[in-house]
Amino acid sequence: MWRDAALVAGRDLRVELRSRVTTNQVAPFSLLVLVLFAFALDPDRQLLERLASGLYWTAVLFAALLAISRSAAIDETDGVRDALRLSGLDPAGVFVGKAAAVAVVLLALELLLGVGVVVLYGVELAGAGLVVVAGLAATVAVAATGTLYGALVSGLRVRETLLPLLLLPVLAPVLIGATRAFEAALAGVPADGWPWCGLLAGLAVLYAVAGALAYGTLLEGS
Amino acid sequence: MTSPTSTTVTGAPGADGHAADTPRAVAGRGAPGHTGSRASRVLGILALGSIALLVLYGLVWSPADAEMADSVRLMYIHVPAASFMYAGCFITTIASAMWLRRRTPGWDALAGASAEVALVFTAITLGTGSLWGRPTWGTYWTWDARLTSTALLATLLVGYLALRRLDVDPTARSTRAAVLGLLLVPNVIIVNRSVEWWRSLHQRSTLVKLDPTIEGQMLVALMVGFLAVGLVFTWLLVHRFRVAWLEYQSERLDLDLALAERRAEAGHHTDVEAPA
Repeated sequence: MWRDAALVAGRDLRVELRSRVTTNQVAPFSLLVLVLFAFALDPDRQLLERLASGLYWTAVLFAALLAISRSAAIDETDGVRDALRLSGLDPAGVFVGKAAAVAVVLLALELLLGVGVVVLYGVELAGAGLVVVAGLAATVAVAATGTLYGALVSGLRVRETLLPLLLLPVLAPVLIGATRAFEAALAGVPADGWPWCGLLAGLAVLYAVAGALAYGTLLEGS
Repeated sequence: MTSPTSTTVTGAPGADGHAADTPRAVAGRGAPGHTGSRASRVLGILALGSIALLVLYGLVWSPADAEMADSVRLMYIHVPAASFMYAGCFITTIASAMWLRRRTPGWDALAGASAEVALVFTAITLGTGSLWGRPTWGTYWTWDARLTSTALLATLLVGYLALRRLDVDPTARSTRAAVLGLLLVPNVIIVNRSVEWWRSLHQRSTLVKLDPTIEGQMLVALMVGFLAVGLVFTWLLVHRFRVAWLEYQSERLDLDLALAERRAEAGHHTDVEAPA
């Protein structure tokens, strides 16, 4: 399973690297979202700094929607789904590979957005340990959930519009947990944030397992 | 019109045994030809009767609450509706699991039907809740844990039904819908818990002081509410299920009909063209 996962993740990342959609479109878009938030909320440094965690994770979710949609789109052209079905790769491995590729893309976007938040909103970094752990857990949760729901809508004509409707309510707990954890870290009270980290880790494991189990059915059944 | 239909249902299928087999198997399982039956008619009458009883109990016979005054009467609909909204979600998830196991169309139809009815009850819950909130809390909406998670539940159901509505291959759609339906209750629980946790950090005890000991006529009114809403829920579920079942059958029959027509056309054409 892990070898299959590495294979699929490598393929997805290679496609991403060569098509440059993430670097040329998704990354600028996510920075644009940060700027739009400032327009909407008045460039009041204090307000922006106070809301930075929530705005950051909202921007991450928007960027994630695009990244997940991309990841699902890769399998739609040239009969890739059929090829995957016939390849004999373990469906759970395919799922883990795709989720891992999405997670790598997301981590890169999160780093970029993190720099953006520090520069644009004047956030002062604190509680690095909590930030890193919460960020990783949330990323895995978003990537796993997103890959599962991406498979649910892949190949449909209405994929782009249906994906946010299905995915965002499910990701609401991730948004809540990650925002609270980051707020606690930035406020210098990491003890408040660790329980939220636990929630994020639990969600990551749960959706990863659910996705690995369900992916075979979805791959076969469409 | 009727002859090809009846041949596909009763007669032996010709070359296309595949397509014609399914509707017969379906029809053979005691499928109703219409949405009403004697049992559901009795159920409907009982539901209407219990609604009348609820109106009497809720609006006339039960006293006004000491704190909430007359707005407490909304609770006799609100609380049962909320309960059956969750019941509908459970039925959807269980039916989805059963569909993934058995792959019989009935489970798929049941999952879809109960999600639709659950959405109706979610709307009733949110509607009566905000009407009740206005006089009691002074606002239609607060970011209370229950309100927020119910709103998210509504979007989960809308998303599920949106997926079901898509015009794609029915089996693929059923598979996807079943996976989504299977995740419905876990998602509802996760969203509920996390929203609850999120709100409890901000305001220790929320405004929800909904169940101070209810007693006497008010308890009876609430029980009648559960009965009436439960009967309405069941009636709606049964009928929605039957409509879904008929839809399923007509889809299959339409396909057979179209096949038969094309074949007849083809035969006709060769007849015409041969002399020409």
